Amino acid sequence: MSETVKPSSLASIAATKSARTPGSAPLGTGLEARNLHAWFGKNHVLSDISLDFVAGTVTALIGPSGCGKSTFIRTLNRMHEFIPTAAMAGQVLLDGKDIYAAGVDVTKIRLRVGMVFQKPNPFPSMTIGENVLSGLKLAQLKRSNKEDLMEECLVRAGLWNEVKDRLNAQGGSLSGGQQQRLCIARSLAVKPDVLLMDEPCSALDPGSTLRIEETIRELSKTMTIIIVTHNMQQAARISDYTAFFLADGHAGVMVEVGPTSEIFARPKDQRTENYVTGRFG
Amino acid sequence: MSISETTKIAIPEPREISTVPRFSDRVFRVVVSLGGISSLVILGAIAFFLGIRGFDVLSNTGIKFITQYEWYSAINTDGTAGEQASTFGIGAMLVGTIITALIAVAIGVPIAVASALYLNFYAPTAVRGFLVSVIDLMAAFPSILFGLWGFNVLMPGGEYWAKLLHKYLSFVPLFDVSAPVFSRSPFIAGVVLAIMTIPIITSVSREVFSQTPLDRIQAAYALGATKWSMIRAVVLPFGSSGIVGGAMLGLGRAMGETVAVFTVLNIVFQANFQILLGAGGNVASLIILKFGEASGEEINALMAAGLILFLLTLLVNTVADLIVNRSGRKGR
Ligand SMILES: Nc1ncnc2c1ncn2[C@@H]1O[C@H](COP(=O)(O)OP(=O)(O)OP(=O)(O)O)[C@@H](O)[C@H]1O
Ligand SMILES: [Mg+2]
Repeated sequence: MSETVKPSSLASIAATKSARTPGSAPLGTGLEARNLHAWFGKNHVLSDISLDFVAGTVTALIGPSGCGKSTFIRTLNRMHEFIPTAAMAGQVLLDGKDIYAAGVDVTKIRLRVGMVFQKPNPFPSMTIGENVLSGLKLAQLKRSNKEDLMEECLVRAGLWNEVKDRLNAQGGSLSGGQQQRLCIARSLAVKPDVLLMDEPCSALDPGSTLRIEETIRELSKTMTIIIVTHNMQQAARISDYTAFFLADGHAGVMVEVGPTSEIFARPKDQRTENYVTGRFG
Repeated sequence: MSISETTKIAIPEPREISTVPRFSDRVFRVVVSLGGISSLVILGAIAFFLGIRGFDVLSNTGIKFITQYEWYSAINTDGTAGEQASTFGIGAMLVGTIITALIAVAIGVPIAVASALYLNFYAPTAVRGFLVSVIDLMAAFPSILFGLWGFNVLMPGGEYWAKLLHKYLSFVPLFDVSAPVFSRSPFIAGVVLAIMTIPIITSVSREVFSQTPLDRIQAAYALGATKWSMIRAVVLPFGSSGIVGGAMLGLGRAMGETVAVFTVLNIVFQANFQILLGAGGNVASLIILKFGEASGEEINALMAAGLILFLLTLLVNTVADLIVNRSGRKGR
């Protein structure tokens, strides 16, 4: 952290949101990590993470660089296994069922647990419209009213007004912030229950960041969102829960999790307090 | 300072920016420039030589040189003059060149693209390196070996396939034959050429496929893509220019191939559009067929044929470049 932020100010940001209590959310599907470990080769990078993501809430994952946040969320939709040396132990439960169980169709898991990456990555060979619907093609899904779906996803991603007149332009012709919202719209088209976002705003300007934060708040009404961020204010603004990860020379562990306002106002662990006040990392 | 004052500033001419390179840099520059220019010079010298030697024949025969099918030298091998005037036409050979090369590419590209995809995305890491070196070795194989193998091994089997194609597809003029001679046909030659061009197309496509940006591949998988749908949506659009480039290299090799075609094909001075019929030839095989016993005018005619082949190759490569530049960049 380069800047020092008073915990009270973050806490007040967090407190302005309508607080949601676990279990009160009406929609979405819960996701749960149980005793999760992760390795790259011999390097043990995550140790015994147990974390319950409440349906219909936003959970922010914070922690210093290299503590395993990206690794953790990549285990949640089985993107972790694309790295040849990667290994894991423990369980990830979606609707109470282990997504790593033998015989699970991994493509179906990724349809239900979508992902938005740090760097906007629209498909450059496709138009804006085709990008939004690309998930249907990739996952070989059939939808009848594609036009409506395209519009709905772009509206929910907060991009419709900017692109409605040029849906046939190339995906790469948008600005970085617009491209990122296009990627969000693309993830929404396959109707995921959970959306994983790995620092989705780190490459964007403050204006685009704000637009995406609004989008996230809006989306959290109907789905579960897990977002990695290095921006404390962002975590305070958009998340219901915050989990603090730390590696400290060993495998990364989860130090503390709780309602966001608690984490910023009254962290239980000294290390969390050091981190959120900027005395660390 | 007010605005009116600032506008009074005279706008200067842009300065000339010069750099004085160090001595070592200048030496290096000369060395690499020589290297770069030498290939141009060699290419130019070959074209010039062919042009000089072939000029008389080309200007005497005119357009007929590439349109007429007969090749007859009035000078006998013992040096005495023959009874007829010489006629030099490479029309049949040009047709043969294009047909065999197209057959080669039509068969070779799908196989090469499939093997490139297999090597990059499906092959277990343990065998990948081994297979890659086998394919690279194949690219360096002397073409006479392909020719001998094609003649002795492929042809008997190939004839069976040719007969099968003829049996079921003879309503297509391409697969019809006017006489039941199925051996030594352009089809067989095309298959041999396909096998010869597969390694080069494979390694060019593989190289391009392996550069597909990882973030796009991951984006596709994160949307629930299967491996095949990911390849179709991400890898093939990205690699299309590489496939075209590889195909053009293959086409170039197939058009210029001499020994393998000479070994397999039954060289006949007739334009043969029936690819299963055992008659044909290509420009390069014409040259090797006639060169040994040619003299005087006929040698010049062979040089002219070489020049035409050179220009044809140049044309194919230029067209390929245009295609790659216009369509290939889209997926990038
Ligand atoms: N592909 C990989 N191969 C080997 N080790 C890796 C790989 N990716 C990450 N690691 C290691 O795993 C650990 C956790 O990395 P991870 O990317 O999850 O951190 P992070 O918390 O997301 O960091 P940041 O905030 O910088 O994005 C690091 O020590 C890193 O070196
Ligand atoms: Mg990360």
